[in-house]
Amino acid sequence: MLEALSYSFIQNALIAGVLISICAGIIGSLIVVNRMVFLAGGIAHTSYGGIGMAIYFGFPIFFGASMFAVGAALILASISLKQKNRIDTFIGLIWAVGMAIGVLFIDLTPGYNVDLMSYLFGSILAVSRDDLLFISILLLIILFITIFWYRDILAVSYDSEYASLRGVHVKFFYTLILVLSALTVVVSIKIVGLILVIALLTIPVYIAEKLSSTLGGMMSISALLSACFTLVGLYLSYTYDLTSGASIILVAALSLLLFLAINFLRHR
Amino acid sequence: MSPILEIKNLYFTYEKQRALENINLSINKKDFLAIIGPNGGGKSTLLKLILGINKIQKGSIEIEGKASSSCLKKIGYVPQNTNVNTDFPIRVFEVVLMGHTSKRRVLFGYSKDEIAKAYNVLQKVGMKEFAKNKIGSLSGGQRQRVMIARALFTDPQILLLDEPTSSIDAKGQKEVYELLKILNKDITVVVVSHDISIILEYASKVAYINRTLILHDIGANQNKFKTKDEHFCEVELLNLLGSKTKKECSC
Repeated sequence: MLEALSYSFIQNALIAGVLISICAGIIGSLIVVNRMVFLAGGIAHTSYGGIGMAIYFGFPIFFGASMFAVGAALILASISLKQKNRIDTFIGLIWAVGMAIGVLFIDLTPGYNVDLMSYLFGSILAVSRDDLLFISILLLIILFITIFWYRDILAVSYDSEYASLRGVHVKFFYTLILVLSALTVVVSIKIVGLILVIALLTIPVYIAEKLSSTLGGMMSISALLSACFTLVGLYLSYTYDLTSGASIILVAALSLLLFLAINFLRHR
Repeated sequence: MSPILEIKNLYFTYEKQRALENINLSINKKDFLAIIGPNGGGKSTLLKLILGINKIQKGSIEIEGKASSSCLKKIGYVPQNTNVNTDFPIRVFEVVLMGHTSKRRVLFGYSKDEIAKAYNVLQKVGMKEFAKNKIGSLSGGQRQRVMIARALFTDPQILLLDEPTSSIDAKGQKEVYELLKILNKDITVVVVSHDISIILEYASKVAYINRTLILHDIGANQNKFKTKDEHFCEVELLNLLGSKTKKECSC
């Protein structure tokens, strides 16, 4: 394994894994406390439409996926702020339409697309320097927003009705959280793929929620756990020649089971 | 005495359904007003109008002679305790700090002065020792005292509470009302509630809303209300208030 660290693609994978884990820890916490998991799932799958278009037209995958994901986030934010009781219908609709657009564009693309599976299940070993730059910029944006507007985000997440009465722009922050979720989903697709991304955004967060008494603590623990799961998953993926995304998620799931078992025994 | 909150000729209609009709209400400083009435009678609508959540269609609501929408900081609001996620990772003092309306932002959220103020307000409601506890670890009554502390953060002149004792056990209910009684020495308290039997022990005025409003100054009649048990019903209350529409009690 130490020899492997000398390869630049392995270095890129490890750096990307840690950076994305921090993004996923912060944004995953917001997704969970705001009960937006299904929304994030919808956005993840919609981004497949952008991946298909990017492959067909030959523009960067991150750009195509981001356009679709952010577009879906804005549509879903506007609908859920107006018609909350019908939001599940629209998530299902956008989810399916995004996937359908992606499949059609890939059908229309000449030749065999070897990259297709990597976007469904992750391909962290294919991370480029440009990808790292994109992920780093996103992480800086997420850090700036969560540190500077921490109390507004906390207020909106805890009690949006009261936050609104105290003059916090609830609609703005709700939409902002969804847009950041969309971008985090897009970068997370690189390591675990869009099918498994929700697990990366929720499993570490679930454990962190039980271990922390503040939102900031939950984000930090969640980022740390995410990074551990990602690095262990990558090690197993490299050693046993397994798909990286599936390895990471199974490491996370087994850790959750272990955590639940320990908790159960402690409270017996 | 000049009223602190004055509602004049207030009407409100949802689409074609009239929710409030010609509401007139005057509340003085240090009054303890209980707003009671049936579900759908307009209690929540009146509350939303006072808080500026719903826009006034006809009539006026004034706080010390100014439109209520321009002086919302003078109102401390405790919402109904229904949507709170008890697993949410947040400490008691952070919940209290949400009562702050400042636009000033500091890195990681709070200044030392703000935190000191939160502790000060928590002391007022007897919850200072729980300041660093996770909110979900508190009992229903303790959580409600924290919500009252949050409402007190801006030093309001009126404390407005919506069903403050719903889903709280009897001991917790008593604690909340005893706390309100103490706070009422300095500020006006307005409570919207279904718990007629307990709230009338504490209120100095009762407003019964069922689209229209009947206001009654309890004063010397307080003993009549104190003797009532949990079977005491709205019709009996209306009779005590001297409503023109007396009915037979069915409970």
